Amino acid sequence: MTDAPTPVGPVTIVIVDDHGMFRRGVRAELESAGASEIDVRAEAADVDEAVAAIAEHHPDVVLLDVHLPGGGGVEVMRRLATSPTMSTSGVPPRFLALSVSDAAEDVIGTIRGGARGYVTKTITGPELVQAIQRVATGDAVFSPRLAGFVLDAFAGTIEVSAVDEDLDRLTEREREVMRLIARGYAYKEVAKELFISIKTVETHMSNVLRKLQLSSRHELTRWASDRRLL
Amino acid sequence: MTTTAPTAADANRATRRATRNAQDPMIGGVAGGLARHLAVPVLWVRIFFVVSGVLGGLGIALYAGLWLVLPSDSRFDTGAPGLESASRAGMRPGRIRRLADAGPAVAVAALCFGLILLAEAVLGQGAVFWPLFIGVVGVALLWRQADEAQRERWLDTTGRIDPVRVVLGSGGWAAWARLAAGVGMVITALSLFAFRGGSLAMARDVTVAAALGVVGIGIVVGPWVYRLASDLTAERAERVRTQERADVAAHLHDSVLQTLALIQKNAYDGTTVARLARAQERDLRSWLYAGESTDDSTLASALRGAAAAIEDAHGVTVDVVTVGDCDFDESLRAVVSAAREAVTNAAKHAGTGRVDVYAEVTPTAVDVFVRDRGHGFDPADTPADRYGVRHSIIDRMDRHGGSAEVRSTPGEGTEVRLHLPRHPGAEAPRQEDSDD
Repeated sequence: MTDAPTPVGPVTIVIVDDHGMFRRGVRAELESAGASEIDVRAEAADVDEAVAAIAEHHPDVVLLDVHLPGGGGVEVMRRLATSPTMSTSGVPPRFLALSVSDAAEDVIGTIRGGARGYVTKTITGPELVQAIQRVATGDAVFSPRLAGFVLDAFAGTIEVSAVDEDLDRLTEREREVMRLIARGYAYKEVAKELFISIKTVETHMSNVLRKLQLSSRHELTRWASDRRLL
Repeated sequence: MTTTAPTAADANRATRRATRNAQDPMIGGVAGGLARHLAVPVLWVRIFFVVSGVLGGLGIALYAGLWLVLPSDSRFDTGAPGLESASRAGMRPGRIRRLADAGPAVAVAALCFGLILLAEAVLGQGAVFWPLFIGVVGVALLWRQADEAQRERWLDTTGRIDPVRVVLGSGGWAAWARLAAGVGMVITALSLFAFRGGSLAMARDVTVAAALGVVGIGIVVGPWVYRLASDLTAERAERVRTQERADVAAHLHDSVLQTLALIQKNAYDGTTVARLARAQERDLRSWLYAGESTDDSTLASALRGAAAAIEDAHGVTVDVVTVGDCDFDESLRAVVSAAREAVTNAAKHAGTGRVDVYAEVTPTAVDVFVRDRGHGFDPADTPADRYGVRHSIIDRMDRHGGSAEVRSTPGEGTEVRLHLPRHPGAEAPRQEDSDD
């Protein structure tokens, strides 16, 4: 885990979404909800534009749509991983997926592609500002629905099929944190409920994210495709 | 992956058909498909093919025969229309081939090379072996190409049949190369046979070559003819499906337009607009991202249905997240009813317009949490004549062998926790029996 220094000044972001109207909406929302905290540097409508915009503007955070012309959000992350650019604060830009899709394989696929969080497009402005700031400081952001998917992924197929790497399992504590997030608890409420500090909650969530991104590729893919056909 | 059983009628006449695995085939996907069909580890099947292939070649013949007759499974692989359309437009991440994927192929190649050396050691330098080998590889290449073209025909959305595309797909130089190499190798094999023996054996060899030619053409054209016939049946089914989908699309179109018209008329009324939009969103979502049904078939869909009804009735947003699922039966009705009551209470009294519902189904119990961030209340202060919570939630859960707990703090909101043990020995969660 690379612990980034808290960025000074507003968090710089690039909005990637193929719907112009939605980009404008997000921009307006961010400007009204977090005028001094968020600085929207650029917008992009497809994979190529996104890669170019990120290379040019070096944002801290990229708001990334999942369905994009040119291969989807995952493709943006993949290309930037092969030709890394740094943000102005000296770390690679973080990706926060913002999508209308609730399909499990999109959600899980994007997180596994390297996004540090997944929120749906019905999120409110202030919540989005908070999520962006969290991602900017290196934390993971799980929406209740994503937490539900994570629990499902780790509880269902994977545990049964006895994957032998320890890495593929969630500890009881991590499961507990995910469960509370899925129940709609905010971070500080999770901390209060479990009698731990917010910092510990954040650590647990980062660990879950790491396990999610590292765990057996095959099992998760299979889970997603089974799930779609349920 | 083929057991989707969307309707009862479908489930009745659904026969389990073996298919080839087109997602990650090593050669033709036969072993993978067979393993899935017989529910045995794919490694066993592969070992069987290799061993019986080495011992007398039965495995190779069997593999080739199965490749010939088993249909590819990609035709059954239909997703939600919204997702499919996004895939077709290249807006979703595709499968990334990694170097590790090449590992098995390299292993197979090494094995084949070893077999060649072995065969040479046994049969002597190239006697009958080389022409035969070249011919077989040539035919295999042609089959592979036929396979590729067939797969692409299924992905093709234009619906027209272009004779060149039928044979070549859109494979470009790779397809041409495969075709040319295949034909070239078959011809080479035939000529090797014909001219090998010199004058004495010439006559017999030419006869053999001619016979081989006929058989070869039969083998090469056979799959195409066979598949053309089976494609026709499948295409008919596909057309029916497409029409059905078009009907649904038309229906949704109407419903969306209706909603938009209503929204225009009610533009001044924020609550109504939000409710209309939310109901419409739910409708579209359940169609686009299938699996979000709201009927009484499973616990999750029953909960979603209850949540949807309350959303419509009270104009609030109810987010339902479920982990695991099980078939809905009478013993679960109590927990759904109690949850419905809890959500209704939250919608009526919390005053925030937003309720989170989380349900977790494990083999031993069902837990449901209903949470709002509204006014909250002091449970100790509730007047004795307020029966809603006590009767509808707590007592109901008690009667059915479960338990309920209401936690509320004034100013912070309320959470209702429902717990219902499941009967031991009841069916396993649905997730685990979903693949065969």
